[in-house]
Amino acid sequence: MASENKSGSKQWNGITGSEALMHALIAEGVETIFGYPGGQIMPVFDKLYDFKHELNHILVRHEQGAIHAAQGYARVKGFPGVVIVTSGPGATNVITGVADAMVDSTPLVVITGQVPSNLLGTDAFQETDVLGVTLPITKWSYQIRRPEDIAWAVARAFYIASSGRPGPVVLDFTKDAQIGKIDFAYEKCNFIRSYIPKNEINKEQILSAAKLINGSKKPFVVYGQGITLSHAEEELKRFLNKAGIPAGSTLLGLSALPSDFKHYKGMLGMHGNIGPNVKTNECDVLIAIGMRFDDRVTGPVSTYAKQAKIIHIDIDAAEIGKNVPVNIGILGDAKEVLSQLIEHIDKNNHDSWENEFDKCYQIEKDRVIDPEISPKSEYINMGEVVHVISEATGNNAIVVTDVGQNQMFGARYSSFNKSRSLITSGGLGTMGFGLPAAIGAKIAAPERQVCFFVGDGGIQMTIQEFGTIMQEKTGVKIIILNNSWLGNVRQWQEMFFGERYSETRLVNPDFIALAKAYGIAGRKVTCREELKPAIDEMLADDRPFVLDVNVVENGMVMPMIPPGKGVTEIMLNSKEWYDNGK
Amino acid sequence: MENDNILFTVTVYSENQVGLLNQVSIIFTRRNLNIWSLSVSASAIEGVHKFTIACRTSREKIDAVVKQIEKRIDVIKAFYYTNDEIIYQEIALYKVPTDRLLDCADFEDLIRRHNAQILEINRTFTVIQKTGHCSETQSLYDDLNQFGVLQFVRSGRVAVTKSQQEPVNEFLKIQEERRKSLK
Repeated sequence: MASENKSGSKQWNGITGSEALMHALIAEGVETIFGYPGGQIMPVFDKLYDFKHELNHILVRHEQGAIHAAQGYARVKGFPGVVIVTSGPGATNVITGVADAMVDSTPLVVITGQVPSNLLGTDAFQETDVLGVTLPITKWSYQIRRPEDIAWAVARAFYIASSGRPGPVVLDFTKDAQIGKIDFAYEKCNFIRSYIPKNEINKEQILSAAKLINGSKKPFVVYGQGITLSHAEEELKRFLNKAGIPAGSTLLGLSALPSDFKHYKGMLGMHGNIGPNVKTNECDVLIAIGMRFDDRVTGPVSTYAKQAKIIHIDIDAAEIGKNVPVNIGILGDAKEVLSQLIEHIDKNNHDSWENEFDKCYQIEKDRVIDPEISPKSEYINMGEVVHVISEATGNNAIVVTDVGQNQMFGARYSSFNKSRSLITSGGLGTMGFGLPAAIGAKIAAPERQVCFFVGDGGIQMTIQEFGTIMQEKTGVKIIILNNSWLGNVRQWQEMFFGERYSETRLVNPDFIALAKAYGIAGRKVTCREELKPAIDEMLADDRPFVLDVNVVENGMVMPMIPPGKGVTEIMLNSKEWYDNGK
Repeated sequence: MENDNILFTVTVYSENQVGLLNQVSIIFTRRNLNIWSLSVSASAIEGVHKFTIACRTSREKIDAVVKQIEKRIDVIKAFYYTNDEIIYQEIALYKVPTDRLLDCADFEDLIRRHNAQILEINRTFTVIQKTGHCSETQSLYDDLNQFGVLQFVRSGRVAVTKSQQEPVNEFLKIQEERRKSLK
């Protein structure tokens, strides 16, 4: 029974560590948990049984499904995804997702069961050194060995996961701490003395950045997920509108600006749009906001934006100057930095400079985009499928992708109206991420359509989550861009490995029959005439649906900056290079 | 070409948490950097531990490493220095057979010359202690080796800066103010 203590907060006397965990999660505002039970976490799951009205537990089919679902949930919701799994294999099965969340700055609180503390280090059944394994790939890891530590550790975990540059936290929870009894009160954490989530912004740097921007003839903004994470979408728009600056997005930055926003010029990187890539090496001031100069964006840094003065705005001090040397590094939250910068920049326009991006786009449209979405051949293109679906949803869907060609086509040929509408595994590039992430996304935003693009390879990496969809009746729309190849690797083999197709040909099951076995509706599309009606059928209601589209076998994601090449060296197809100015 | 063979001394102030040494050392491991010496102990500030790590690399790399170290939640502050910015010291112990020492005519002179100390003498062995830089402790080792050094051990370096105090106290004071203002 709860009572009120002297300070007015709730207190529970003589409860178990497992029950304390439930009260802590509820106090943090947790509504949904993704998990899978097992021996060393049973006391927690037993207590969950008493809290099923407060805490909605989604039972997945594999712990990897739980962690990716939590990632999808967290990315859509902007709130830490919570995972509870058992020790040993339960814990090691979430590792891929933890590493993925670390590199993509996704807030997660992962609770793993652990053997009783007196058995630690004895190679007990299902014991793994979870701290040792997770330390390099988490923002913070901690082992709870005593029930008295639960309040402190859980409060810190949520604070660390969601503040500053977000990231995953692992709490390794020994069984004796789960069953030990304590008097419990909970207080959220808002301070750790060794941790500064948000720096004070240096005024002088704001002024010198504004001066540089005001004097610039060809400024260019490149932004990433930092905009979304700091809720700076409106500030970015105001900044770009006031200064009249064109902007390009990283893969993870997509949807932070609406696709039809005046100054939005497209995606950066290996399969990005021509304009943003080429103009990176022509601008005089490059303003990078909440992005980390990933090698998929920069190519070799020795040829990247050498002509430009670079301003880098990031919340993570370790990112500034890490990959690309910068002239002005502004440490701080993107929303706050932009708000201050807006005050000091001049109202301006750079129309003829912006027009140069539009010219690049026209070339890309004629040479790459139009042939992709309106092919002359009888075969269905991957970009065509994505384009038709994006239009059919009014560009309002949350787009989830797996990894590979489906990811690049999903990102390139979807348009976005709302922020937090592209969920993809960027930094780690985890095949198998998409299906569970789509489940998590739909649970986070049940009112929105969730369209998930996946290849015939990636879906089989986590296809067991069809079971979760069946049990939870999660209305995700699964679009398999099926070419019977591991398409991205096949593309590289064709372009760079002398057409030696080593281990990329797939013999696939009947995905529609599989879906049917799980009670999921589906339709197979083998020709263009069937595509639109099948999409309409898929989007007509809120049921889960599998659309298995036979797409052209040798489809290629283009344009492409081949590995090792700089941002101006762009191939329009497997033979022709983009020729600047022609 | 940037000099990638500078000896840096990294000092890290951290909370006293299980696994911190691991958290710090994996940052070096991931970049394939060899830790040349390492010393960890409680600092003058209660509850705060101090690491002193020596590592040969480039300025660019050590800068990135120190930023990554400081990013760890339980690390309070991290700094790096070159040798000319610090006063540093190591300690070495030498165990030598007593009978061979006693046969040596200039043994006293050797101890004086190296400014070494004798910690223990018994019938079988003698333990000598020497503090100094690596080259100095090595030089005594070379001189003692004529008697056959039975055991030798050298500590990691400890260091203080030539500049003002490392601003950890000040940082903790500011943080304490912040904590109070949040309540």
